[in-house]
Amino acid sequence: MAPAADVAKYAAGLEVGTLMDVRKTYKLFIGGEFVRSESGRAYRFDGSINVPRGSRKDLRDAIRAARTAFPGWAARTAMNRGQILYRAAEMLDGRRAQFVEVLGGGRTASREVESAVDALIWYAGWTDKLAQVAGNTNPVSGPYFNFTIPEPTGVVGIIAPEDPALAGLVRRVAPALCGGNTVVVLAPEAAPLPALTLAEVLATSDVPGGVVNVIGGYHRELLPWLAAHMDVNAIDTAGCTPEELTAIEKAAAENVKRVIKSPPGELSPQLITAFMEMKTVWHPIGV
Amino acid sequence: MAITKRRTAELAKQVFEYAPAPESTDHIKIEPHYDLFIGGRMVAAHSKKRFPTINPATEEKLSEVVEADEIDVDKAVKAAGKAFDSWSRLAPSRRARYLFRISRLLQERARELAVVETMDGGKPIKESRDVDIPLSAAHFFYYAGWADKLEWAFPNRKPRPLGVAGQVIPWNFPLLMLAWKIAPALAAGNTVVLKPAETTPLSAMLFADICQQAELPPGVVNIVTGAGKTGSMVISHPGVKKVAFTGSTEVGKLIQRSLAGSGKRLTLELGGKAANIVFEDAPLDAAIEGIVNGIYFNQGHVCCAGSRLLVQESIAEPLLEKLKLRLGTLRLGDPLDKNTDIGAINSKAQLEKIEGMVESGVEEGAELFQPECKLPERGFWFPPTLFTNVSQSYRIAREEIFGPVLSVLTFRTPAEAVEKANNTPYGLSAGVWTDKGSRILWMAERMRAGVVWANTFNRFDPSSPFGGYKESGFGREGGLHGLLPYVELN
Repeated sequence: MAPAADVAKYAAGLEVGTLMDVRKTYKLFIGGEFVRSESGRAYRFDGSINVPRGSRKDLRDAIRAARTAFPGWAARTAMNRGQILYRAAEMLDGRRAQFVEVLGGGRTASREVESAVDALIWYAGWTDKLAQVAGNTNPVSGPYFNFTIPEPTGVVGIIAPEDPALAGLVRRVAPALCGGNTVVVLAPEAAPLPALTLAEVLATSDVPGGVVNVIGGYHRELLPWLAAHMDVNAIDTAGCTPEELTAIEKAAAENVKRVIKSPPGELSPQLITAFMEMKTVWHPIGV
Repeated sequence: MAITKRRTAELAKQVFEYAPAPESTDHIKIEPHYDLFIGGRMVAAHSKKRFPTINPATEEKLSEVVEADEIDVDKAVKAAGKAFDSWSRLAPSRRARYLFRISRLLQERARELAVVETMDGGKPIKESRDVDIPLSAAHFFYYAGWADKLEWAFPNRKPRPLGVAGQVIPWNFPLLMLAWKIAPALAAGNTVVLKPAETTPLSAMLFADICQQAELPPGVVNIVTGAGKTGSMVISHPGVKKVAFTGSTEVGKLIQRSLAGSGKRLTLELGGKAANIVFEDAPLDAAIEGIVNGIYFNQGHVCCAGSRLLVQESIAEPLLEKLKLRLGTLRLGDPLDKNTDIGAINSKAQLEKIEGMVESGVEEGAELFQPECKLPERGFWFPPTLFTNVSQSYRIAREEIFGPVLSVLTFRTPAEAVEKANNTPYGLSAGVWTDKGSRILWMAERMRAGVVWANTFNRFDPSSPFGGYKESGFGREGGLHGLLPYVELN
């Protein structure tokens, strides 16, 4: 608390040029735009900062944006997706100080940002190699050329983990994007800022609008609808409690969603293919 | 249309007059009843309930099998659990040898298996003989070779078996589906409890005998018979760590829901409503054969059947004319006859379902075509059927019929073909017929389906992954990818 005299001075504008925060309004990120919740609601996850409390309608908008963006993103060349993920790493690295602060400062926070940057770069390098590792030509018994390639499954819902809120999220979003999916992220209720701030990084990384959408709000208001939504192809449960996981798995059956449950810290090509479908193409060989 | 039903029939008669050529059954021994295969031998069941399995072509009872109850299933899972300790620790090269042995035994007993498969399921002998059984043997042979090479399948990871796999399979390719389930599971070091379909348990019972002949360690494979209830006991048993199901999307959803929160691994291979797309530049005769193979193979009891024909408008008329002629030459009848193209519908229930769907097609306004076709008096039969004037909203264009019923739709541009083909919650397979290479790849890229057959249809191979997008399920069977559902990667 500043002394009363200082407050009076600032109020009177006596010391021109004194540093003063321009506070940020945290917003949802839908279809490439930063928007308030259509519901007009907010909540204070830490008792002071307002973050938007997304509604079912926001969630539906985000899913629609992701679906719309899907064909374009999936059709980008693998190298182009790699370049964009790498660009995201550059942007994140450039905002290192900001993220360290958002994560509470100190060496742990700094290491977490580093590991998030690492994950982005690691997956950026996978985009144009995955099909060579996860795909095949298959030596079938007959005069056919037969090959299998991984393809994105579509729109992926990601329940971001609370801890580590930044690295944990990047380690799920990056492989999903790497494979060509579009994403709707549900920010962790109690630690939404890293996810909402990551949207700012993605917005300046040439990630097309709608490819990543970030919704903040209450799990109980959003999770069931995300899990049951008929236009979501897969759901990553990294940030779920066991009870939430059970509920998600039940709801996911409605449209046979892929439910991804791999360990939170995983970095692997199998995590990329967990968000993908294997397509096998046959053609006869003949003259 | 110039071709009348009568002319088709006449033509069929002139050109295709075949003498009966029934496959002999005198070398087949079917027991009057079967127990359950648990812990390496056939054991009397706790359940006193038995049900008959019949020949759908004659409605004659072939045998009786047990409707396994909770105690039977528990016994089977415990036997599998006990066997897991030693099977998963057995030298991988020795696991491989057992699987090679099984594959060889399947080849040695191929004809016996083919005949039983045809008698129990109604499929033409030429299909069980040339497709089901050889592919089953090939599947075991393929995965046998993987058993001691798993580290090469997943570089940088340590693949470990999961434990007991509970597997529930359908009636359309009974032994082949058994092979698709058991071979990769065993290769990876798991043990299994398998429940065959209630209408086609016999080839699984023969397989139990083959396991004994192969001296497979007791409990590595356990087979319990029964209907849906028994299947649900298998998958919900707490000792089962991995569930694999092939069947309808409806049941698949029930299973996915019921396993929520259980921590069990799950793969589903479910229904389909595949588009078989024919462009105007396609080699017409080849396409006709592909269409016929796509929907009338195995009476259309195929999850990846090409049940929606999308034909480019400019060639719709000549193509349909040829197709209708071809339908008239399909021989329907005794599945054991080597010349039979279309066998019996697998069960009365399935026949009723097909009849209901066809009725809905007529009611909704589609135009029905069936060639003149004499159906045998006993048994369950349905003639090859084709619907034109079909709108995308009709049930026959949206729902899986699982019978010899083709819905024909047309399109003008490639983009429209893609749009219509993908306009379904399913995504198992698709067919593309065109002479233009770049268009094949363009179409293949856009099909939201796990298998795309270009200028061919309904081809299968153990090295070729199979499985669906969207509501056709998840996970792949066959190939390197078919191992993944059966390992944990550390």
